[in-house]
Amino acid sequence: MSQSHTNQPAFMQHHFSDAEQQRESAKLGMWLFLLTEILLFGGLFVFYAIYRAWHPEMFHNAHKVLDVTMGATNTIVLITSSITMALSIRSIQLNKIKQTIWFLVTTLLLAGTFMVIKYFEYEHKIHLGQLPGHYYTYTGVEGTNQHVFFSAYFLMTGLHGIHVFVGMCLIGWLIFKTKAGMFSSQYYTHIEMTGLYWHLVDLIWIFLFPLFYLIG
Amino acid sequence: MTDNTQTNEPHVLPLSIYLGVGSILIFLTAVTVYAASFNFGEFNLLIAMLIATVKASLVAMYFMHLKYDNKLYLLLFLSAIVFLGIFIVITMFDTLRRGDIYEIKAGAIRDAVIYDSLHITPDAHALEDSLSISTDTTEIVIDTTK
Repeated sequence: MSQSHTNQPAFMQHHFSDAEQQRESAKLGMWLFLLTEILLFGGLFVFYAIYRAWHPEMFHNAHKVLDVTMGATNTIVLITSSITMALSIRSIQLNKIKQTIWFLVTTLLLAGTFMVIKYFEYEHKIHLGQLPGHYYTYTGVEGTNQHVFFSAYFLMTGLHGIHVFVGMCLIGWLIFKTKAGMFSSQYYTHIEMTGLYWHLVDLIWIFLFPLFYLIG
Repeated sequence: MTDNTQTNEPHVLPLSIYLGVGSILIFLTAVTVYAASFNFGEFNLLIAMLIATVKASLVAMYFMHLKYDNKLYLLLFLSAIVFLGIFIVITMFDTLRRGDIYEIKAGAIRDAVIYDSLHITPDAHALEDSLSISTDTTEIVIDTTK
C-alpha cells in the first residue's frame, strides 16, 4: 500500500486517491461546517425577528443608542480584511510566499482593528448599563422590553466577535506555518479553508450591521 | 492520475475581480448607510436587507469562489439559506398571525433590573412602562381584521 505512494507529494494522505480528491473532500467538509454555522446564527436571527416584530418601536428607539460611525467603520474594516484574505489565497496560488504572508498579516491587523473598535463599543455600553436581560439598567430608551434589544445585540455581535477571535487565531497560525514553508501553490488547503471561514464571518456581519445599527 | 499536475493547478482569478468586488462591497456599505438616513417606512427593512443580500452574494460568489467551484458547494450553501428561510418564515407566520385565532399579547419581561428595582428608574416613561406591565401591554397583532 505505502509503496504506491512513495512518489506522492508529502501533503498527500494515504486514504485519498489524488491531491484533487483530498482538496475537494476538505472543501466539502468545510462547507458542511459553514452550513451549521449559518444555522447557528440562524437561531439568533429568528430571535431578533420575533422581538422586532413584537416591539418595532422599541427596536427603533433602542437602535439609536448604537454608534453608526463605529459600526460602518467596522463593516469597512471587515470587508477590507475579507479582500486581503482572498488576496492571500490568490498569492499562494501563484506561489508568492512573501506576498501571502504580507496579506495574512494585513488581514490579522484588520481583524484586530475590528476587535478594538468592538471593545470600545462594548465598554461604552457596559458603562451606561445598556446590558442584556437582567443586567440592563439604562433608562434612556422608551418602550417595552428594551433589554431584549441589547440581549440580541450582545448575543449576536458577541458570537460574531468570538468567531472573529477564532479566525484571528487561525490566521496567526497560518502566518507561522506559511513562514515555516508548509504551503505552496500545490498545497494550500488550510489557507483556503480559513479564507472560507473568514468570508462567512464577514458575510454574517454584513447582515448584523444594518439590522442593529441602521434600521433597528 | 497521469494528469495529476494538470488538475492540481489552482484556478487563479485576476486581481481586478478581487479589487472590483471589494470596491463594490465598500460602495454598497456607503449606500446602505446613506439609505438609512431616509425614512421609507415599511421599506426600510426591505431596502437594507436587499443591499445586504447583494453584498453577501458577492462575497459568496467571488471571495468564496462559489461561482467557479464545484456546484455542490453552492447547493450546500443555498440549502442552508433555504432552511434558514423556512425557520424564519414559519416562525413569523406563527408569531404574527396567532392573534387571529385567540387574543395574545406581548408583555414585558420582568427579568430586567429596571422592572424590579423601580427606584433606579428616574425616567418617568420608563417608570410608567414598568408599572403597567400587567395591565397595559403592547399587542402583538394590532389589526386582526386584515
